[in-house]
Amino acid sequence: MSAAVTDWTRRTAAQLADALAAGEVTSVQLTQAHLDRIAAVDGDVHAFLHVDAAGALAQAAASDARRAAGTPASALDGVPIAVKDVLATSGLPTTCGSRILEGWLPPYDATVVARLKAAGLPILGKTNMDEFAMGSSTEHSAYGPTHNPWDLDRIPGGSGGGSAAAVAAFEAPLALGTDTGGSIRQPGAVTGTVGVKPTYGGVSRYGLVALANSLDQAGPVTRTVLDSALLHEVIGGHDPLDSTSIDEPLPDLVAAARLGAAGDMTGVRVGVVTELGGEGYQPGVLARFQESVDLLVEAGAEVVEVSCPHFVHALAAYYLILPAEASSNLAKFDAMRYGLRVLPEHIDNPSAEDVMRATRDAGFGDEVKRRIILGTYALSSGYYDAYYGQAQKVRTLISRDFAAAFEQADVLVSPTAPTTAFKLGEKLDDPIAMYLNDLATIPANLAGVPGISVPSGLADEDGLPAGIQVLAPAQADDRLYRVGAALEALLEKKWGGPILDRAPELNGVSA
Amino acid sequence: MSQTTTAVSLLSFEEALEKFDPALGLEVHVELNTASKMFCGCPTGFGAEPNTQVCPTCLGLPGAMPVVNRKAVESAMRIGLALNCEIAEWCRFARKNYFYTDMPKNFQTSQYDEPICFEGYLDVDVDGEMFRVEIERAHMEEDTGKSLHVGGATGRIHGADYSLVDYNRAGIPLIEIVTKPIMGTREQAPLIAKAYVAQLRELIVALGVSDARMDQGSIRADVNLSLAPAGSGTLGTRTETKNVNSLRSVERAVRYEMQRHAAILDGGDSILQETRHWHEDTGITTSGREKSDAEDYRYFPEPDLVPVAPSREWVDELRGTLPENPTVKRARLQAEWGFSDLEMRDTVGAGAMGLVEETIAAGASPQSARKWWLSELARRANDTETDIAALGVSPADVAAVQALVESGAINDKLARQVFDGLVAGEGSPEEIVAARGLAIVSDDGALGAAVDNAIAANPDVADKIRDGKVAAAGALIGAVMKEMRGQADASRVRELILEKLT
Amino acid sequence: MPEIPGSSSARVEITRDEVAHLADLARIDLSDAELDHLAPQLSVILESVASISGVAGDEVPPTSHALPLTNVFREDVVVPCLTAAQALSGAPAQEQQRFSVPRILGDEQ
Repeated sequence: MSAAVTDWTRRTAAQLADALAAGEVTSVQLTQAHLDRIAAVDGDVHAFLHVDAAGALAQAAASDARRAAGTPASALDGVPIAVKDVLATSGLPTTCGSRILEGWLPPYDATVVARLKAAGLPILGKTNMDEFAMGSSTEHSAYGPTHNPWDLDRIPGGSGGGSAAAVAAFEAPLALGTDTGGSIRQPGAVTGTVGVKPTYGGVSRYGLVALANSLDQAGPVTRTVLDSALLHEVIGGHDPLDSTSIDEPLPDLVAAARLGAAGDMTGVRVGVVTELGGEGYQPGVLARFQESVDLLVEAGAEVVEVSCPHFVHALAAYYLILPAEASSNLAKFDAMRYGLRVLPEHIDNPSAEDVMRATRDAGFGDEVKRRIILGTYALSSGYYDAYYGQAQKVRTLISRDFAAAFEQADVLVSPTAPTTAFKLGEKLDDPIAMYLNDLATIPANLAGVPGISVPSGLADEDGLPAGIQVLAPAQADDRLYRVGAALEALLEKKWGGPILDRAPELNGVSA
Repeated sequence: MSQTTTAVSLLSFEEALEKFDPALGLEVHVELNTASKMFCGCPTGFGAEPNTQVCPTCLGLPGAMPVVNRKAVESAMRIGLALNCEIAEWCRFARKNYFYTDMPKNFQTSQYDEPICFEGYLDVDVDGEMFRVEIERAHMEEDTGKSLHVGGATGRIHGADYSLVDYNRAGIPLIEIVTKPIMGTREQAPLIAKAYVAQLRELIVALGVSDARMDQGSIRADVNLSLAPAGSGTLGTRTETKNVNSLRSVERAVRYEMQRHAAILDGGDSILQETRHWHEDTGITTSGREKSDAEDYRYFPEPDLVPVAPSREWVDELRGTLPENPTVKRARLQAEWGFSDLEMRDTVGAGAMGLVEETIAAGASPQSARKWWLSELARRANDTETDIAALGVSPADVAAVQALVESGAINDKLARQVFDGLVAGEGSPEEIVAARGLAIVSDDGALGAAVDNAIAANPDVADKIRDGKVAAAGALIGAVMKEMRGQADASRVRELILEKLT
Repeated sequence: MPEIPGSSSARVEITRDEVAHLADLARIDLSDAELDHLAPQLSVILESVASISGVAGDEVPPTSHALPLTNVFREDVVVPCLTAAQALSGAPAQEQQRFSVPRILGDEQ
């Protein structure tokens, strides 16, 4: 990168906000810079399903007009953002990575999208994802996989691989993701970015096309902890359109991030969860995790080992609850009111039933069908108690484990994902192997507690990024930001700069 | 082909009772009259342009979410309290999963094993005797959209080429009230079923929670019926008859199903557990979808809604808003109106309690209100097989007609023609009197000529009167009335006759 | 084959016929090839999650909602709707301001 030319895409959102406030750049300029970057590299990365250049530039121009009038809508007014395609955007295609919603233009905005617009963030486009957020690799997108900017032959994690890759490839300074079992945090870990799953109920789900309603949560996808805090404050808080939304103010997240960045962890009790590590975890991932914990100790934290004995059942509970809720949520995709309609071959004058069956067969991918059938089974009258009912009880046990652990520690930590990014195609037809990627992230969704993934470094075996996850009690999201920002500061000091500085240059980057 | 065209054998009602005991079960859906829908802020008005009362939530658009209408929950609890139910301390909504094009999400948000109201009863007055119907539950749910079936011969669903769906009704709050099996009704089964629905409807009207129009579908009854061998004390296989949209049909549907079941069982066959459809026009039921155990609704708690946990303070507050208990109210009204037991029983039996009450409130005397509703209007309802409340005659109309009679503008005979006009939708009673020229003639000029004609045509009668037999005037009055087509003031005619002949 | 932690080796088989029945309930027209492919995968997944059946006893209450909220209501107030044009904007077919759907089997509701 030439020192003479400012590359606005390399800045953090906080830096961009400062530059906008100082009049060093306009929103149109930096929105255009990101659109140019997308044009240059997204052919290789495929982070976006839809780019809305005209819309983003119009919003940027409106932002510049507010700045000129001295009435910016928020601290991030004018900083562009990418939005996961599972969030409804009025008049912008929203496919959830599925054929069945190809071409659907929602007549309404998700609450989080409405809040982005109200805060003045130009929306660059919609990012790729596993179909209906079912997956951990973004390979289950009906529109082709997203590639990891660290190694284009590898997965960017999932389901929100598009948002993570867009941020990692400097195509957007900020993105929104959604996390049902790790879909924000696990992509963050394998792309060297930051991702936050807020407390369940802390961010509105209205307009988030539900995968598993009792587990889903939208959250920030960024390159720095401070940027996540800034974005979290824009999208978070009570929404009367979401009955499960918490009607209380958010903690001061930005202040917590700034406090944490000073690096002092004195008095903070950090619990290492015995059950989230060891067997099944890649040695390089564990090594980076241990180094991170050591840094926290050096910074004054008190580290204790805590046991959460029921976490071993979390994955099983998750793969009963999620398919059950999903099978019901996805019933609405029936070719009658919106989306794809496929007429069955070889049937004259087909009935509505025939058309539903043919459309759902043609419109859903394998993983979606697997989970719908599994969920239909789990809810069937003969099996409900043994499966869905038991899974809900295990959920109680996992919540109790968390409650006990948070008696001993202010935050819990673990590796975010058991491995670094694997090769595209490697686990595509082995569902169980794919599901194991979410081993460490799922308990937080089952209990509704918040979590953040922060880069922990590069694994020795493959030189690919790994992540450390920090979990906090419900509604104590500020603790994520304090500890996350401290880890980020301590690690970057050790590395001599952000981890993404060590990512390979992508084709198309100008010299 | 459906059974519509197949000959169905029926046992006589008497023989059916000789051999079998009926067990009833009634499921009544009440559409609430809230301003907005159950889970979103769309309006609920009847008859709006298609798909103009919809939003992402009630259209089931991806991502949209429900939020519970507080008033609907209160209405549910008030219905439950009026039915002597327990109110749950904690309950949830559940998803009932099945595919249907009228249902935008392909699941209905309902309640499953945690209804908001449970374990109640309603004492039903059947010919002066009280019969207690036990209520199993009353729960909250949402209505579906409505389809218009295009093509085919009948305009019905079967044989249609395609259908056009309007989702305005989707998401309107419903309360489903389910009885426990009603046993021991014997020959009264049809009457008890009708009386239960009638009295439940009265209660709903008194609570003010629904329009309670059976003809518009704001109250819908499903009738479950089974027969068991007489005296066995067991329960047989039941059928669920849907689409029973008038009080009269409730009675007829029970009677029909009893006779149909009896014929099948008597012939040594067994009853298929199924949904049946009531046909108001032909008075029969036909087979609907088979209700087998394979139908699996996969209920689970609705994860987008949080539990409803009414505080006891809230419940008590609602209890304070309940209208008078109908049994107590009935006794009070009987005393106020001065009705005999028989008159009261007939009024209740005709489903006309509320109508009579409103007519009296509109100014008519109790006896006149009773007379018009129970003689004239009940007969018309019966003749035309419509619900008495759906004749097109309002309590205010009846009071206005009675006022016209009392002012002498019309007489009872002319009043019947006014009711003809009301049923035909010709306007208000006053407008009908004017348009049909029904006003009584008391003008001496016109009457005098008619009296002269009558005297000329009946010289013998005239002579008798001249001889002092005044009672004979009746025959002349009759002749005058005939000539005047009933529209003469009879007392003035009498005066004129006597003036001329004595 | 990787195993889900905590899973037992209890065999839980889901037959091809059962998968066909479930697909029918879920209104997905699976081809024979899909059935052949899916049935064994589902058995493997189910085997991995079946262990859960013995974990929690009767004394453990189920959790359906992560946060213990109750009584979240809206007031009975009408808010603006979509226009009919917006409502029908995604419809695969429409007529007379209504969603046009193929002929419906079964009953009126």
